[in-house]
Amino acid sequence: MTPDSPSPDESPVGEGARSASAGRAPSLPGTEPSREPAPGQLLSLRGVAKHFGPVLALDDINLDVPAGQVTALLGDNGAGKSTLIKIIAGIHEGDGGTIYWDGQPVHIRSPHDATALGIATVYQDLALCDNLDIVANMFLGEELGRFGILNEAPMESRARETLKSLSVTTVRSIRQPVGSLSGGQRQGVAVARAVMADARLVIMDEPTAALGVTQTAVVLDLMRRLASSGVAVVMISHNLNDVYAVADHIAILYLGKLVGRGTPQELDRQTAIELMRIGTADALNGAGPAAAAAG
Amino acid sequence: MSATDEPTPSLGEAPGAVAASGQELAEETVAPAPVEVLPDATLQEYLAAWWKRVRGGESGALPVVLGLVAIIIVFQILKSRFLSAANLVNLLQESAVFIVLGMAEIFVLLLGEIDLSLGFSGAVGAAVMTILAYPPINFGWAEAILCGLAVGTAIGFAQGQIITRLRLPPFVVTLAGLLFWEGFLIWVINNQSPSNGGSIRILNPTLGKLVFGNLGVPVGWILLAVGVGLYALTTLSGAARRRASGLVAPPLSLSLLKLGAVAACGVALVAICSVNRSPFAAATLQGVPWIVPIVLVLVIAWTFLLGRTRFGRYIYAIGGNREAARRAGINVEWIRVLAYTLAGFTAAAAIIILDSYTGGASSDINGGEYVLYGVGAAVIGGTSLLGGRGKMVHAVLGGLVIAAIYNGMGLLSLNADIQYMITALVLLAAVTVDALSRRGSAG
Repeated sequence: MTPDSPSPDESPVGEGARSASAGRAPSLPGTEPSREPAPGQLLSLRGVAKHFGPVLALDDINLDVPAGQVTALLGDNGAGKSTLIKIIAGIHEGDGGTIYWDGQPVHIRSPHDATALGIATVYQDLALCDNLDIVANMFLGEELGRFGILNEAPMESRARETLKSLSVTTVRSIRQPVGSLSGGQRQGVAVARAVMADARLVIMDEPTAALGVTQTAVVLDLMRRLASSGVAVVMISHNLNDVYAVADHIAILYLGKLVGRGTPQELDRQTAIELMRIGTADALNGAGPAAAAAG
Repeated sequence: MSATDEPTPSLGEAPGAVAASGQELAEETVAPAPVEVLPDATLQEYLAAWWKRVRGGESGALPVVLGLVAIIIVFQILKSRFLSAANLVNLLQESAVFIVLGMAEIFVLLLGEIDLSLGFSGAVGAAVMTILAYPPINFGWAEAILCGLAVGTAIGFAQGQIITRLRLPPFVVTLAGLLFWEGFLIWVINNQSPSNGGSIRILNPTLGKLVFGNLGVPVGWILLAVGVGLYALTTLSGAARRRASGLVAPPLSLSLLKLGAVAACGVALVAICSVNRSPFAAATLQGVPWIVPIVLVLVIAWTFLLGRTRFGRYIYAIGGNREAARRAGINVEWIRVLAYTLAGFTAAAAIIILDSYTGGASSDINGGEYVLYGVGAAVIGGTSLLGGRGKMVHAVLGGLVIAAIYNGMGLLSLNADIQYMITALVLLAAVTVDALSRRGSAG
């Protein structure tokens, strides 16, 4: 991976989301110039930036998200984690840089574009309807059936299989309202919804923030299983314990800049905390993979 | 089994199969445990699960059914005529307008919104029907009804558009609608017949018999047989289809039990209606009133719409979590407009029934009170004002409760003052029971 990036005003190839999503190969190695995304990455950001008026929320972000692994975005409040995932999820549009999907440059202008690519976001508030049952929530907006009449049996079968594949099995009945589930089970339903929509990248926003110890373990386990099924998982967190328990890669944001990245082995906790708090760490001087962005 | 470290204890109490798996310590990490806990549940397990739901706050229609029984017992003790065939048929006829208005309101209540205008917008539709069927226009009954329904539908659509396009609070828009359509109603009726003192009689014999007309006794029994047969067919074939696709279906005994209950209620209803209830020895007055199948068809159609269609699912979704519905790609504003439109249609049907009952369209109909009775019927039946919870059958139960109070008070020759106060207490009791059972489930 090269530390330098394309200039922010370089316009991405205008093929858009449609053509890129058509090519579903996991990667297209060797077809792009070397300063463009590293081969084998599902999602690559190069020089992504975002301004809110005069405020620079994100500055020159270069990030690679491989399939089948959990990538954690660490950072204190206001570091830009949420802005970054909102750009990936199509809620904000970045004002510089390029997003590569399967090695192809794409524009993600709306949540719909993101969904079309196979990007699903599990928001902190989960966006579930408490009064509907598990099946109805998993299929909300994508119900099966003809002429507006619901066809429940195949929906129930598919929902059950998906939950089984994620091992979310202790629910009393998949016809019970989501409001009666525990926090971990609700996460399970939200993730299953993403999986069923054939998501290839699942973004989880603070998935454990509202959970107790037991339920947190459940959700971390769920993320591992999701990754091992070949899905790329991006998690946002400021909980170091959770991140070190589950992540394959860690990227640390500080005031809109990517100040460190590496595997949990390369990036020890003390370094991570210092990077989160003050944006630099003495330990970085000797650490190869953890590259500090140029101030 | 117990899961003490589990934030929601109810999950650990799942009956049957999960307990048998013996792997409950591992929570969701249990690998091959069955997804369904009630795979081939017996009737007993079903009833136990139902009872658990009731205790857990999902009491559904149980309180109102018990309340209705209590009201009936009280009135029967106070006035033995209450349970006579003639009075029970009266009660059914009186309940129709509350039931149908309640159904109209449920479309909007499920969204977590309210429509205050339904009494008068429906009255405008019904007045249009009456005028069209009156000289000099003299439409047939079917055209007149269709036009009346169309007017109510159009009013609902227009108000829905105003609410969603301008993003105005439904309470205020429909309050304006209440005032506007009351004025419009008076204007239309006075314009049509300035000399009639603000009312237009229904002359068309069919329109006049929507409530009081009776089916022949044999027709009643045949309709009952057909209805129960269709019900049996749909429940049993539905269960069979679920089993065929490897899903959990209710046990046959439960289906048969439900079927038996429906058949028994139907037989009782038709039998009561088939008694000669004429007070005069020389005349006969018997048969199921037309209004019963009319209301039943509406209830079944709207129940299907809410329970089995995408539209109905979206109404519940919006009522449950509007933001989630929006993120799921549901066209929230359009579904809301449709809900107001259907409410307008159903309200027109309700006031058409009322006009048929009273014999004409009147400009001094108390539309404001009727719409609140509609809300009351829905809420007494178990529909939530907060949205997302409710069924059409709630309007039936709530409407019967309101009509039973109204009817029983009338038999006891109590005046409106007492009637209002008792209805108020029942309404209060209904929401209290609902709130308490819900609070119990949270604690």
